[in-house]
Amino acid sequence: MRPGSAPPRFTRGEQVRAVVILAVLLFGLLALPSLVSTYWLKVLTAVAIYSIPALGLGLLMGRVGLVSLGQISVLALGAWVAARLLFLEAGLPFPVVLVFSGLITMLLGTLVGLPALRLSGLYLALVTLMMAGAITVVLAATDFPNGGEGFLGHTEAASGGVEIRRPAIASTDPAFFRYAVVVAALMFLLALWHVRSRPGRAWAAIRQSEPAALAAGVNITRYKLWAFALASFVTGVAGGLLAANVGALYNYQFPTRENIILLAVVLMGGIYSIWGALVAGLFYRFLPALLDTWGLPADLLTILFGVGVLQVLLTAPAGLVDQFPKDMRKLGGAIARLFGRGRKPAPEEPG
Amino acid sequence: MIAVSDLTVKFGGVTPLDSVNLEFPAGTCGLIGPNGAGKTTFFNVLSGFVRPSAGTVSAFDEDLLGMRDYRRARWGVRRTFQTEQSIEELSIYDNVSLAHEHSQRKGGSSRDEDILGAIDFVGIEVDPREKVATLGARDRRMVELARAVVGKPRLVLLDEPGAGLPEEETEHLSRVIRRIPEHMGALVILVDHDMSLVSACCQVTAVLDFGKLIAAGPTAEVLRDEKVIAAYLGVEEADEQ
Repeated sequence: MRPGSAPPRFTRGEQVRAVVILAVLLFGLLALPSLVSTYWLKVLTAVAIYSIPALGLGLLMGRVGLVSLGQISVLALGAWVAARLLFLEAGLPFPVVLVFSGLITMLLGTLVGLPALRLSGLYLALVTLMMAGAITVVLAATDFPNGGEGFLGHTEAASGGVEIRRPAIASTDPAFFRYAVVVAALMFLLALWHVRSRPGRAWAAIRQSEPAALAAGVNITRYKLWAFALASFVTGVAGGLLAANVGALYNYQFPTRENIILLAVVLMGGIYSIWGALVAGLFYRFLPALLDTWGLPADLLTILFGVGVLQVLLTAPAGLVDQFPKDMRKLGGAIARLFGRGRKPAPEEPG
Repeated sequence: MIAVSDLTVKFGGVTPLDSVNLEFPAGTCGLIGPNGAGKTTFFNVLSGFVRPSAGTVSAFDEDLLGMRDYRRARWGVRRTFQTEQSIEELSIYDNVSLAHEHSQRKGGSSRDEDILGAIDFVGIEVDPREKVATLGARDRRMVELARAVVGKPRLVLLDEPGAGLPEEETEHLSRVIRRIPEHMGALVILVDHDMSLVSACCQVTAVLDFGKLIAAGPTAEVLRDEKVIAAYLGVEEADEQ
């Protein structure tokens, strides 16, 4: 080791992963919209959107060790704020609306995270679930903005329902799919940037040992709130995308139990890698659509997810995103051995 | 210099530290005593994990107890733990970086120089990009030590750094600890049960027994003190029962 040598940046494995992710992203942006039907394009748009709250929950749980059972309700808050802003001012550019929904949701979501400063584990999970329940109750009373008058922007009149607008450059379904994928990619980059820099190191220390973090000078309160703020910001942005995607929001779209389902899919996807959130998004929105096209009831998923979580916790605690490449390597090795058999074995030692 | 006066810690009916008056002048100082003597509690008071019920601690003429826990580390109090606490998920470099980026006192001209210098100082020969989870017990201890000395610490508290290390590693550890005051400019307080390590590193040593200070002074003299021998023999008798 030479003092003064270049600081560590990216390992070879990470470079390979970056190339693969970039390729998948380009394929998704350029080729995918013309390959699939409108139905599946809408499903994939929802996958991109829901991978963002999954990312937020993964950050909280996998990085900092904070259990939150309120992420879908925070998403509902983000959607409410975005819908309100979009109806408020027709000239407001869409990216500005997304950023403001993110920031306002960040403030609200950080309040949801305040109990985390005193609680952890099961108690924190319970309190965040109660908060999620409270958000559901409030939304049931106020409902979502649908073009009405006043602060709440809601009208019961049947004729009042105006569609929540989409960005001008992405009014069609394929264009909005691309828009959602790009925004989701930006949110993943934002999370990745945090994880790989100062807050990521502080979170890793807090998760493993709060005394060790304190002894290194980490302000634990500040970094826990920071994690809640980041998770809420990205989820608020996702709420903005969701509002524009569906055009009309109803409170039955965000039942409190969905918070628990999201936790299940995030665990299955893998909480220790931010890419697990993408797998979680697929579980959350792609699988139900698949069951639907096969004529199977979507309720079946609750059972499947239960079995899936059990399976993951027992055999692959780092989730599918970690286990799948390992299994593929094993399979590759097995295939190589299968075809290698019969040939002369390679000499074990040179000479 | 660290000056401790009338320091008392109470946990319910237990008094792990009882009116301790103590001074650590400079260099590497030892703090020994049988199990349960209050050594780790003393460290916990200095690093802010435990609030004492009475007493003051002055560190280089500043009131240490008035500072919040994480601020003490930023000000320059660093420590290692009895059970080693290097962060598994992070690389060696990032572990050291963690302490460096939260410290108010930086050492050399650049961040890299400080961090790689500290890794070099403790004698880790593995690539600093390696994750700590892949390291053995010795290197993990050394990562924790590098985190405690990076930059310009004022006070380095080492809680049994030699525990579980084989003899040849303890010699290496001893050499590293002895160089800390000179190279990093910090006062070191060493808690250990290995008397040869304490003798090799510490000019002065204080002895605690059941929360009370029973001896303090030059290490060789303290280790010959009858009260100290009796305190340790008492433990040995208890062990034999």
